Amino acid sequence: MADVSIRNVEKAFGTTQILHGVSVDVDDGEFVILVGPSGCGKSTLLRMIAGLENISRGEIAIGGRVVNNIPPKERDIAMVFQNYALYPHMTVRENMAFSLTLAKAPKPVLEQKVGRAADILGLTPLLDRYPRQLSGGQRQRVAMGRAIVRDPQVFLFDEPLSNLDAKLRVQMRGEIKDLHQRLKTTTVYVTHDQIEAMTMADKIVVMQGGHVEQIGAPLDLYDRPANLFVAGFIGSPAMNFLKGRIAGGAFQIGDTRLPLPSTRGAPEGTKVVYGIRPEHWRLDAGGIGATVRLVEPTGSETQVVAEFAGERVVCAFRERITQHPGELLHMTPDRDCVHLFDDATGRRLT
Amino acid sequence: MSATAEMAWVARRRPQTRLARLFDSKPFLIFICLAPALGLLLVFLTYPLGLGMYLSFTDTQLGRPGVWVGLDNFEYLLTDRVFINTVWNTIFYTATATALKFALGLWLALLLNQNLPFKSLIRAIILLPWITPTVLSAIAFWWIYDPQFSIISYVLHDKLGLIDSNIDFLGTPWHARWSLIVANTWRGIPFVAISLLAGLQTISPSLYEAAMLDGASSWQRFRRVTVPLLMPILAVVLTFSVLFTFADFQLVYAITRGGPINSTHLMATLAFQRGIPGAALGEGAAIAVSMIPFLVLATLFSYFAIGQRKWQQGGDDV
Repeated sequence: MADVSIRNVEKAFGTTQILHGVSVDVDDGEFVILVGPSGCGKSTLLRMIAGLENISRGEIAIGGRVVNNIPPKERDIAMVFQNYALYPHMTVRENMAFSLTLAKAPKPVLEQKVGRAADILGLTPLLDRYPRQLSGGQRQRVAMGRAIVRDPQVFLFDEPLSNLDAKLRVQMRGEIKDLHQRLKTTTVYVTHDQIEAMTMADKIVVMQGGHVEQIGAPLDLYDRPANLFVAGFIGSPAMNFLKGRIAGGAFQIGDTRLPLPSTRGAPEGTKVVYGIRPEHWRLDAGGIGATVRLVEPTGSETQVVAEFAGERVVCAFRERITQHPGELLHMTPDRDCVHLFDDATGRRLT
Repeated sequence: MSATAEMAWVARRRPQTRLARLFDSKPFLIFICLAPALGLLLVFLTYPLGLGMYLSFTDTQLGRPGVWVGLDNFEYLLTDRVFINTVWNTIFYTATATALKFALGLWLALLLNQNLPFKSLIRAIILLPWITPTVLSAIAFWWIYDPQFSIISYVLHDKLGLIDSNIDFLGTPWHARWSLIVANTWRGIPFVAISLLAGLQTISPSLYEAAMLDGASSWQRFRRVTVPLLMPILAVVLTFSVLFTFADFQLVYAITRGGPINSTHLMATLAFQRGIPGAALGEGAAIAVSMIPFLVLATLFSYFAIGQRKWQQGGDDV
């Protein structure tokens, strides 16, 4: 196992700059997730760690050794690909043993390592099947088995769950996390799904347009997003944003006044973006009146799209909502969970 | 349209005509759709093949209907040194040319699979030998192999001074054989290269990346990933190539006409030589029919030995 250090890494394809000086530190044994919308450069960064892409500028070190000019096979890393990249002409056993076969490992060692990995992943009954004869989840597991057998310093995952259906995705999410807790191998994982990032990571790196927007623990990003992009990206349903100004110790939008957080860092008159997550509204007879537009009960909670001051907001209540579309609902934001952002720069103010 | 008219309209099915009902019947449709193809096959394939087989059991001459002689033609051929030599020559020609075509074709396909500048232009150029009419390229080779004006002799002798006299490409048996093999290889490479290139492009690049991370050298990636995944298409291309080469006629007939002293005859050219200019239709047909077992054997070999793989069966995409 080893730490991974990414220092001011840049990547350009011709004149197109993909990564603009990215720095990330992955501690030994840590599970780090790179997350961001498609095209943000997260997969490119992962492939650069693997050695499948050249590093245009900056350096990447694995276990203290700069690997910029070291070929992939000498970096001691294992990667799980989005399409699994299983060798279709080899059985599960041969797929998992391929790296050991190439390294000319003695047969008993090979058998033992493959057997152990198959055991961990529940693949023992499938060892003699071909990839075509497996379901998506099983193929996914074989791809992980191939990585485990290597016993590498670092695991790399490139959107490994995106080809699975929703239910299987949740299950595999749990299995990967469980696997990491057992093996404690340093892991870098790429996804565009913020729920995967929130549920699995020790540390999340949010990326956009080749820049790192914020690095932090999942709940830190949720509680204190550094800017509008992170605030809107992390959390589902997404945070509501209201544009207005600070006036008379409150946030003013149209004729409506909303309470400010106690630690506000913005003077009177500032133009701000008021961010409030759906789950941080609560029903309050003395609160603002909003017209109900849509009610979506999910059982455990009720999501409501409500409209006030010409803005639509999404709210999630633990209570059952009896109002129908067109009727009035009184609610208020939880002032300590309100986020204020600078209207011009999008940076966090509180 | 007024509201009342709209309401008054009711969808109604017209009664089917007899013809419409006939075209709804599946057996009739199958027959109608297959008939043109079957007709063509019967007239232009089954009939000539049947006639050829029949002729091989007769002593028909040009202009004289023959009588049934059973296996006489074949028995005679077994004692004919020219025929025996031709069989061996055909096998040698097929084996050598196919091996060369595959070695060079695969190499070319691997090169074209890289990211080269002007890739599509190069691919188009590669196809040129294949689309040139055989006779045209045969004439070109004829000139290249000319004892007096050969460009190869000219370069080696007059320009570089590496040899003392011009090479007699088509005048001695072994020179002629190799010259034909080179010409056939030149014509056959594009087919092999383009087919194998198509096969190579179906191999996902992430398999190579995975193999790279697994520690495979470029030779090991070729041996362990490319070759096995290329096998299915390789088998098909190999079969076609063997069949085409074994039954080759045009190139040989245009360049050497089987000479010198019958040393470059293939079974197809010998069959023609004996049957049409030699007027022995029965004997010519017998030579042609003797090709069938070889061709069937080659097809069966590639079908059973390398055609079927367990990993291709079951499941959907990988």
